[in-house]
Amino acid sequence: MNSLVQPAKWEKYFWPLLAACTFLMLWHFLVKWSHTKIFPSPFNVERGMTELMHKGLLWQYVLDSLRRVASGYLMAAVLAIPLGLLLGWYPGAASVVDPVIQMVRPISPIAWIPLSIVWFGVGDRAATFLIFLASFFPIVVASTNGVRNVPSMYRRAGRNFGLSPVKLIARVIFPAALPQIMIGLRIAFGIAWLVVVAAEMIAVDSGLGYLVIDSRNSGKRYDLVVAAMILIGLTGLGLDVVFRRIEKLKSVRWGFQNES
Amino acid sequence: MGSIIADSTVLKSVVPETVSRKKVLKTKLHAEGISMVFNSDGNRVAVLEAIDLKVGEGEFVCVLGPSGCGKSTLLNIIAGFISPTCGQVRIDGDAVRGPDPRRIFVFQERGVFPWLTVEGNIGFGLFKLSKAERRERIAHYVKLVGLQGFEKAYPQELSGGMKQRLEVARALAVNPDVLFMDEPFGALDSITRLTMRGELLRIWRAERKTIVFVTHDIEESIQLADRVVVMSARPARIQRIVNIDISHPRDISSRRYLELRDGIFEQIGLAHKV
Repeated sequence: MNSLVQPAKWEKYFWPLLAACTFLMLWHFLVKWSHTKIFPSPFNVERGMTELMHKGLLWQYVLDSLRRVASGYLMAAVLAIPLGLLLGWYPGAASVVDPVIQMVRPISPIAWIPLSIVWFGVGDRAATFLIFLASFFPIVVASTNGVRNVPSMYRRAGRNFGLSPVKLIARVIFPAALPQIMIGLRIAFGIAWLVVVAAEMIAVDSGLGYLVIDSRNSGKRYDLVVAAMILIGLTGLGLDVVFRRIEKLKSVRWGFQNES
Repeated sequence: MGSIIADSTVLKSVVPETVSRKKVLKTKLHAEGISMVFNSDGNRVAVLEAIDLKVGEGEFVCVLGPSGCGKSTLLNIIAGFISPTCGQVRIDGDAVRGPDPRRIFVFQERGVFPWLTVEGNIGFGLFKLSKAERRERIAHYVKLVGLQGFEKAYPQELSGGMKQRLEVARALAVNPDVLFMDEPFGALDSITRLTMRGELLRIWRAERKTIVFVTHDIEESIQLADRVVVMSARPARIQRIVNIDISHPRDISSRRYLELRDGIFEQIGLAHKV
């Protein structure tokens, strides 16, 4: 097939669908032929999901995980964006804080689990704190770089029109850095979604991470383990699609600042 | 160096000093003894040397020089974005201490804000006006630069020439006395550049701003300016100031135009042959 030929509309859905079906069939027959008693077949998983749905746990766990991610992530964004803007604006301050940030940043949020339990006890707040940590640094770094990369021409133009420093940040620096900040927000969200699963395995008794570990611990229900994994994957995928949609509104992306 | 001095004596015979300028202009801007030395990696690089320049009110002055000679630095100093090593700039008698909305710097087209629409860009500096006044001012300048129908468009959707007109409109909207233009048409194709020069002259006649216009294009400077300030290579000094004594619209194949052009070509030390 020539790459210039537009694929027919049905092909766009047909081939991925076929691949997915092939994968499911392969999974099914491998389970069947190997006579495994532990690993579930696609049908077991499907039955597991229905069971969760009937118990009302499926949506509750998805929503619990989302709620934890949302609160930790939003707190991180609210603190990290202004901090990043300031660090980008005052290179002096950035050079003071940078070594600490760069040292703390590579520490996996998982490593903070013991401390977060000491500080916040076993419960929602510990999990939220871990998600906050996971999201905070990528957003700070992206915002700082975003400000640093604002062309000096924009700053000069802003100053030329007599803007005060606060107005300059709000009307020039922030909108100019916004594309880079958005990328940082998306990366942070991806990490937060990874971390919530780990946090829920240890600190709380609801959510998708809890579902994974609880299904194994109470009766080795591997059908539910795999069902939970699939739910984690699908939800993450859905959120990523939403983020990419927002980023795609490139011409509208600047629309926030239109009032003047 | 010696050859340039010799050339300038030749030039004198070609371009007689038109000392008797038609009207004596009130001095708007006076750069007094500006020198600029940059420190880079411990090396002191002299960029500007003892620049003394007066610009009259409502005058159109082009600063002409080879690329990298420091003419942009001079414009940035005059606009108050950088302070000179020596000397000072006075505008209306007051020393310049920083940028000021009464004097707007026009960059190349890339200076427009991509996150704002045409309207948003033109209204950017009008935050002190009431909403109605702002709307009226925006409409006026949209029309002046011929961007009607594009009020809601974002800069990405505009051509290079339109972006440049937008940048000029944004500058004019705050009603400044002085415009500083740093090779504003440098990034445009030659046909658009020509139309833009006509547009700028039309706007200049309508609004009577004082304009200091930096360019490396000899033809451009002669087509636009009342006076052309010819700079030397780095460290830049003012080699000569040429009065362009042709009335607008200028016939770019007239004898006088060609005479002036050839004079400047020689002044810069170029033969006008390819």
